[in-house]
Parts: sequence; structure tokens; C-alpha cells
Amino acid sequence: MNGTARLWLLHAAVVALLAALNFLLPAYHHGLMARILVLATFAMGYNLTFGYGGLLSLGHAMFFAAGLYGAGLGIHHLGLGVPAAFLAALACGAALAFLAGVLALRTTGVAFMIVTLMFSQAFHLAILYFSAFTGGDQGLVLRPQQRRIETMLGTLDLTDPTTRYLTALALFSVVLFAMLAIVRSGFGRVLVAIRENEERTRMLGYDTFASRLAALVASGTICAAAGAAYGLLFGYVGANFASVQYSILPLLWVLLGGAATTLGPLFGTVFMYYVVDIASGYTSAYMLAVGVILILLVLFFRKGLLGTLRERWLGWLP
Amino acid sequence: MNALLETRGLSRDFGGLRAVDRVDFSLMPGEIRAIIGPNGAGKTTFVSLVCGRIEPSAGTIVFDGADITALPAHRRVRLGIAYTFQITSVYAQLSVFDNVALAVQRTLADGRSQGRLRAGVMEALERVGLADRAWLPAGQLAYGHQRLLEVAMGLALKPRLMVLDEPTQGLGDSEIENFIALAREIAASATVLLIEHNMDVVMQLAHRITVLEAGRVLAEGSPDVIRTDEAVQRAYLGGGA
Repeated sequence: MNGTARLWLLHAAVVALLAALNFLLPAYHHGLMARILVLATFAMGYNLTFGYGGLLSLGHAMFFAAGLYGAGLGIHHLGLGVPAAFLAALACGAALAFLAGVLALRTTGVAFMIVTLMFSQAFHLAILYFSAFTGGDQGLVLRPQQRRIETMLGTLDLTDPTTRYLTALALFSVVLFAMLAIVRSGFGRVLVAIRENEERTRMLGYDTFASRLAALVASGTICAAAGAAYGLLFGYVGANFASVQYSILPLLWVLLGGAATTLGPLFGTVFMYYVVDIASGYTSAYMLAVGVILILLVLFFRKGLLGTLRERWLGWLP
Repeated sequence: MNALLETRGLSRDFGGLRAVDRVDFSLMPGEIRAIIGPNGAGKTTFVSLVCGRIEPSAGTIVFDGADITALPAHRRVRLGIAYTFQITSVYAQLSVFDNVALAVQRTLADGRSQGRLRAGVMEALERVGLADRAWLPAGQLAYGHQRLLEVAMGLALKPRLMVLDEPTQGLGDSEIENFIALAREIAASATVLLIEHNMDVVMQLAHRITVLEAGRVLAEGSPDVIRTDEAVQRAYLGGGA
């Protein structure tokens, strides 16, 4: 079996395992995993710029929220159907990422962190300010009848737990395989090359700005897809998803799972979500557990779970 | 025959310092030209202007008849200007093969070369003698081999003008011998612009030599003319020796 076949098989096996969990998990964990799959998709989008592109953004909550509100407002105000709302969300994410990228990518490093953070804060405050339109800090609730897809084969009801889980898994799988294809493509190699040595890459004839912008637009679109799915599957569109917390969470998930690994965002999100879930059963200071884990990560697994695994034993992991 | 590269009044200021001062320079196709001069003479700044790594304060640059003064560096590379870094600048984490593959991938995307990625990479590696090390991480190569990898990446770009910035710096005697042979071979398919401190290498390789001092062209001519030029002797070759 050659390397490429092995990789596709490995990723297909992960997707198959997640599909099997749909039938095995008890109700509580079933709901939790559906949420995690959507958030892991968000993390994969973040990983494209942070892990592979080497761009530390503190503004990705903006792209998640662009999807969330793009879909939510489209349904609430324009009466869009679910598929149209989803496409509108993708367009919002891509357009916002393009605009933010054209301006923010003139900077790198700390300045890039600050600029993306400012954009994201401005976006958050704009949502709160236009409360007549967005529902402000109350947010919007999408009614069950607004979360149905009428197809020729019947109605797909996104409020049904199994449909919800499988829809989340479908989105996750599409993005996972897209990520695998991207990072193994010429574009993915150039992105890593820019991260490793921008000046050298420029002197090989690559337009490094254009490559980074393309990566950010792809990343923003994926994050918006996750945001839209979150709103459509769980029925709530809220301003707290645009807050700085939701810019930092994908960073932590990716760091925990392994930056610049295709499967790391999934493992990081699952791990952290369950740590918070379990710890909050014992204490209200559950962030303490997160803090301890992050310290252990920095001390012993500096490249995250999968990054360390790849470095020590499995060099072929993408 | 028209010049491949021509600069007119090319200047670059860093604050109050004029690093390159109104340089008129012309390079014919097929030539091997060496640029020499004492430290701080503006050699690297001059070739960086040619490659587009830095912007000029004044003057124009013409490559193959077209004004490229305003073109960004990556566009100049696509026109056929390749630059090898003075300080070795390879992707240490990537394999030797992948380093060169990035260059070949670019020429394939531009339509400047055809065929398969792998063949293009191995051809460049064979020319510099690194084919047997293709799968090592570049960071594990000996220093001299990293210099050769730099050259291989330049070659893989299929350049018309190859700019080599102190390619023999830090190399041993036998490696320098090999490099001279390699540079002659490169010159068979590209024009070579060479910054070099090692005068043996310069005298053996260069068809013509340009001497820079304090950002200006002090002298220009064949190796024999430069060797006997009094101003050059004073400025560079060590007093009246």
C-alpha cells in the first residue's frame, strides 16, 4: 500500500468511527459530539492559517460569527431556506476574510494578532450595536420549522438528534478531506514554505501575499461553514460566539491536537471539550483544569498530541 | 547584441547613507560577470535591487528590453532572474527534494518548463551532485552541500540570469574547485552575475569584472585590466601590492 492510499484510508477510518458513534453513544454524549464535530470543523479552518500558514490570528471568531449570522439573519429576516442560508453564510465568511486579509496581511507576527483582534472586536460590537436587527446580546432563536430542508425524498429535520449528528459529521468529513487534499497539494506546500521562510519563497517566484490571502479566504469560508452549521443545527444565533473567547478557543484546540496536522483539530477539540465537561461537574473553576493541561502541553507535548506523535513515531502523518 | 540587464543611475539610500550611487551597469547575454569590492561597497545591495528584494531610491532597471524597476521580486523571478542567498537560506525542515521541488513547481505553473516534477528536481540535483542525498532533511546537510542546494534551487528555476551572492563563502578548497566547474556549466545556459571575495575564483571564472567602492563603479574590465588597474589596487587589492 502506498503512502497516499494509507492516508486516505486512515482519514476514512476516522470518519467511519465517528459514524459508528452515532449508533453507540448515549443521548447526552451524542449531542455533545455533534457540537464537537461542528467546532472541530471551526478548528480545522483555523488550522489552515495558523498551523499551515503560520499566521496567528486572534480574530477567527469573526468568521465563525459571520457564518452564524449570515445564515441566521438570512433565515430570520429574508426567510431563506436552509440551503440558501448556508450558501449566504459561506459568501459572508469568504467576503469578510478577503476584506480583513487585504488589510491585515500587510502585517505579520504580533501586529497581525492585534489587527485581527481589532477587526473581530469591531465585528462583535457591531452585532451588539445593531440589536434591532441582530437581537443584540439576546441573540436570535431559529424556530424548528425554520430548520428543515424539504427535499424530493422528504423532509430533513435538523432538530432530530440523528439527523443533526450525521449532518455535522457530513460537514466535518467534507472539510477534513478538503484539508487533506489542500495540504498535500502544491498550494499547501507553498503555504508551508512561506511559513518556514517567506523571503526564500518569494525569491522562488511565489507571490506570498496572494498565497496567504487565498489561505485566509479558504480558512474564513470553512469557519463560516462551521458557524452556519452551528446556528442551523442548534437553533441559536448569539453574540457571544463573536467574542474574543471564540477566537482563542480554536487556537487552543489546534495547539492541543497539533498545529499543522489534519486530524489534530478533531482530537484537540474532543479532548478539551470533555475536560471542560468533566471538570465542570466537580467545580465551577473548571478553567483551572484547562490551565493545567495547557501547562502540561507546553512542558511535554509542545507540538500537541498528533504533532508529537508525528515527530516521534509517525513521520508520514500529514 | 542587446544587453540582458541594464541599470541607469541606480541608487539606494539607507537613511543618510547612499549604499548604491548612480550605477550604470550593463550585462551581455552569456557573460560571467563578477562584482568585487571591499566590505560595505554596496555589492549585495546592488544585486538586491536587481532582484527586487529592495526598492531603488532612484534609477531604472531594464531586463531583456523591458523596464522591471516597478516589478515585485516574485514577478522578476518568473521573468528568469534567480537569486541565491549570501547567507544559506534553505528550508531546513524539508527534504532536499522538496526544497528543489518548490522551485520546479513554480516553473511548471508558469509554463517555463514541462514534464514531471520529479524529473525536474532530480535533474537539478544531479547537476550539483546532490542526487544521492535527495531524501535527507536539508538542515542535516553539511554546510558546503547546503550551498550547493541553494544553487540547485536557483538552477531549477531555469533562470536566464543567475545571481550568485558569495557562493564560495565558507567552502573548502576542493569544494571551491567543484564550484568553479559548476559555475562554468551554469554559464552554458544562463548569464551569471557573481559577487565573490575569493580572487582566484573571480580571475578563473569572470569574463569581465565590475569593481564597486562606496556604492559607485570604480572600474570595469577584463580580469587582466582589473588586476593592473591602479585605483583598484589602492581600493581593494591591498595598497600598491
